[in-house]
Order: sequence, then structure tokens, then C-alpha cells
Amino acid sequence: MIMIEFHEVTFAYANAQPVFDRFNWSVERGAAWAVIGGSGNGKTTLLMMLAGLRVPASGEIVVEDQIIDRPRPRTGLVLQEYGLLPWATIKQNVSLGLKVRNFYGPDGRHAPVEHVVGPIEPLVEKWLTRLGIEAMRDRFPVQCSGGQRQRAAIARTLVLDPDLLLMDEPFAALDAATREDLQNLTIELQREQNLTLVVVTHNIEDAVFLGQKILVLTQPPHTAPFIIDNPQAGEPGYRSQPSFFEKCAQLRESLTHYSLLVAPHA
Amino acid sequence: MRKRDLITTTLTVLLIWQIVALLVNRDILPTPIAVAQAFVQNIGEIAKHFVASGFRVIVSIIIAVALAVPAGLGMGQIPRLDRIFSPLVYLVYPIPKIVFFPIILLFLGPTEAAKILTIVLILFFQILVPVRDEALNLRPELLNSVKSLGAGRRALFRFVYLPSSWPIVLTAVRLSVGTAVAVLYFTEVTATYLGLGYYIFLMSGTLFDYAATYAGAIAMGLLGLVLYFFVDWLEKRLCPWKFAT
Repeated sequence: MIMIEFHEVTFAYANAQPVFDRFNWSVERGAAWAVIGGSGNGKTTLLMMLAGLRVPASGEIVVEDQIIDRPRPRTGLVLQEYGLLPWATIKQNVSLGLKVRNFYGPDGRHAPVEHVVGPIEPLVEKWLTRLGIEAMRDRFPVQCSGGQRQRAAIARTLVLDPDLLLMDEPFAALDAATREDLQNLTIELQREQNLTLVVVTHNIEDAVFLGQKILVLTQPPHTAPFIIDNPQAGEPGYRSQPSFFEKCAQLRESLTHYSLLVAPHA
Repeated sequence: MRKRDLITTTLTVLLIWQIVALLVNRDILPTPIAVAQAFVQNIGEIAKHFVASGFRVIVSIIIAVALAVPAGLGMGQIPRLDRIFSPLVYLVYPIPKIVFFPIILLFLGPTEAAKILTIVLILFFQILVPVRDEALNLRPELLNSVKSLGAGRRALFRFVYLPSSWPIVLTAVRLSVGTAVAVLYFTEVTATYLGLGYYIFLMSGTLFDYAATYAGAIAMGLLGLVLYFFVDWLEKRLCPWKFAT
């Protein structure tokens, strides 16, 4: 079942050549995708369009039969800098989405129509515990480590029961051990919650560990998707298997080769 | 600021004042001891004027914050509003608003409202501009992440813009306290029989009671100090994250 569909999507920043030019791409429900590319190659733009925070100049993006022109209530977004409110405690940050939903009520625009305005405490506690940050609940983000902040950002998104999770460079600022730990957690949660996952990264190992399919973005404009299949992604122990390193090498080569191929048109 | 440092500094200033007063030995510079005596003797009178002045400046600060914060946030958030009002703000900002006091007096008469309006006029711009800039400079990832949680303009205002502006509002108010008290003095010198400004003016210019004049000035200083510390206290209550370590 197709969940996300990019249909002839064109997007350009002011006074610049298009980043995407009649770009088509589709994602199946429950799939784990990684989007890789260097900086300025449009991967964050792609994610922002998918999140409804940027609107394409032409063409359409459809998620679950709904054309995306504004954030969709059941799409969760986790950003590189976590986007936590510095003035709110971890618990208040995790509660934020539910507070916003209660603020509007189930209007179908800001909150799903099936949203029930009610106490948020039990849900928030459940997710603080699930992410292992219950001890940090009364701390402010500045008092937490990068890993704890990222866990809080994930909890804040999952508490809203999304069906699609978008992550923008979620592990970029973390040390190696925390990074692997959070990658494992992301895969675990993706399977447990049956999420469709799209992770944007510039890191080859991130992409190969997380993405069952890897969308490679090299020099814009992007006209057709270049996809690498990676069925072993997310399997426990994959990181230390020879096939992991082979896939990394293949991806590295594709990144270089593909950019050389398209470079003359850029 | 540590309490001990504050006490040490106060004592040092008093000591220097005492020495200078003794050296100068003129009526117009009484010693701190004489001023303290005058303060105690006139405490009832001073307290009456202190309350009147305190009321004016606190009401002015509250009104200025209540008007300037939403206006600043609105301008910082809605580009069209900013385009319309920014030129006006920049035109009016450099004018020393105190010059409007005589005009305000003409319109409102020698009333409380005239004094309060004058102080509000000055504080309004001192709070508006930094709040607007703060709202303009909010990190986009912060806004994007909250938008992705479903927040529209109203929720962004409630959950992001408003709480993010508290530190800058309090800083602006703290910086404005000195100005507010100075303007207060000016507005109280004329057209009133109540307020520390009136008291100081009366003691110095009419009664030539210099010790009481200084006592009034100290009361005015205390008013500023109390407000200053109150804002500090408020900041610890409203922005605990700034003090988190």
C-alpha cells in the first residue's frame, strides 16, 4: 500500500534553479527510508515539503490520500536541533503536542478528528518511561545530554500517535555510542508502532543501518529518484556484518558516481 | 549580585559621603547621619508620597507591558504588521517622549492619568522594540517543530512567542525602571501635591530643608531599587530555565 506519493513535484528557492523538477517518488506504508545527500542537495527541502512546512511550486504531495499543503496531524517531525522549547521542562516539552491538540480540539486541521480532549498526564508519563527519560522530566533541555534531548524530541512526537515519522539529521550531534543506541531505538519504535519512517541524513552508516530503501540525492535538480535497496536494514547485528560494509561502499560509490554523471547538467 | 557585596558597597558610599560632607561643611550637603534622622522624623510623610509614586510607576509598567508585548510579538510574527508599523516606531522612538508631558497635561489636566500616560509612552517603546526583535529572531527549527505538532498562529503565540519573550520583557523592564523613576520625578514636580517628586521639590526649593530633600531622594532611589529587585525575583519565577545549571 502506497502511503506517500510525490507527483511531478517542482520546487525552487527564489532566484535559483529548481531543486526538484517534476520529481516522482513513492513510499509504502510501514517502510523505513533513508534519504542521503550532501548539504544543499535538497534533502531537508524534501522533508519539509513532506511535513507540510514548504509547499511545492507545482505538482502535489499526497500522504494517505490527502494533499499536503500544511502540517498533517499524524505526521511526526524530529529535527536535528531537536526543536525543544528551552524554557519548558522535558515533561512540558513532551506534553506540548497534546496541549496544542487540546487547545484547538479535534478540528481535523491541527488535531485529528478522532482526538479526544482529555488528561495528558498518563500518556506523557508512558512515553517518558518508554524512552527512558522519566528521571529527566523536571529538567530543562539545557540540563540534558544530546541523547536525552533527542529522546525527548522523539517522545514528544510519538505521544501524538503518528503513522509517519520524519527525522532530519536526528543523530548528527551525538557521540558514536549514543548514536547507535538511538538508531536501534528508532528501528525498535518504528516496528513496534508500525511507523512509516523517513530519515534524512548525510551520513552513509546512518542511511545503511536505517533505510530499507535509500533515496540518493546528489546534484539538483532532481528529476527521477535514484534508489538503493537495502533489505537487511535495521536487523540486529547488521552493523558488524560484511554485507553492511559492502552496502556502505556501494552507497559511497553511488554518491560519487551519480554526482559525476549528473554534474554536467548542474 | 551577592547581598554581602551590596551591603559593603552601600557602607562604602555612606562613609565617603560622610567624609565629604564633613570636609565641605555646608548646609546643602548634610551628612548621611543627618539625612537618616530626617528620614526617620518624616517617615510618615515620606511613606505617603512613596506609596503615591510607587502606585504611578507600577501601574505604568503594567500598562506598558500589557500593550507593548502583544504589539511587539504581533510585529515580530506578522510581516505585514511590521512593514506598516516599523517606520512609525523608528520615527517616534528617538523623540524624548518626556517633551509630550506638557501637551498631555493640556489634554488630560493635572491628573493621575496624565502622569501615567507619560511614563507608559516612554516604556512602551523601550519594551516594544526588543520584544519585536526577539520574536523576529526565533530559531526557525523551533517554530517548524512546533508547527509540525499542529500549532497554528494562535498556538504558536501561546506556546512559543509569548513564553520566549519573557526574558527580554523583564530585561527591558529592568532597564526601564531607572528611566521610569526619572520621568516620574519630572511629572511629579508640577501639577500635584502627592508623590516623591513633589516632596523633594517642596523640601529643596520652598522649605530649604536639605536633610529632608536628601531623604526624599533616597526614598526615590529605594523605590527604583525595590522595583529592580522585584523584576529580578519575577525573572527567577517566570524564567527558571535561565538559572538552571
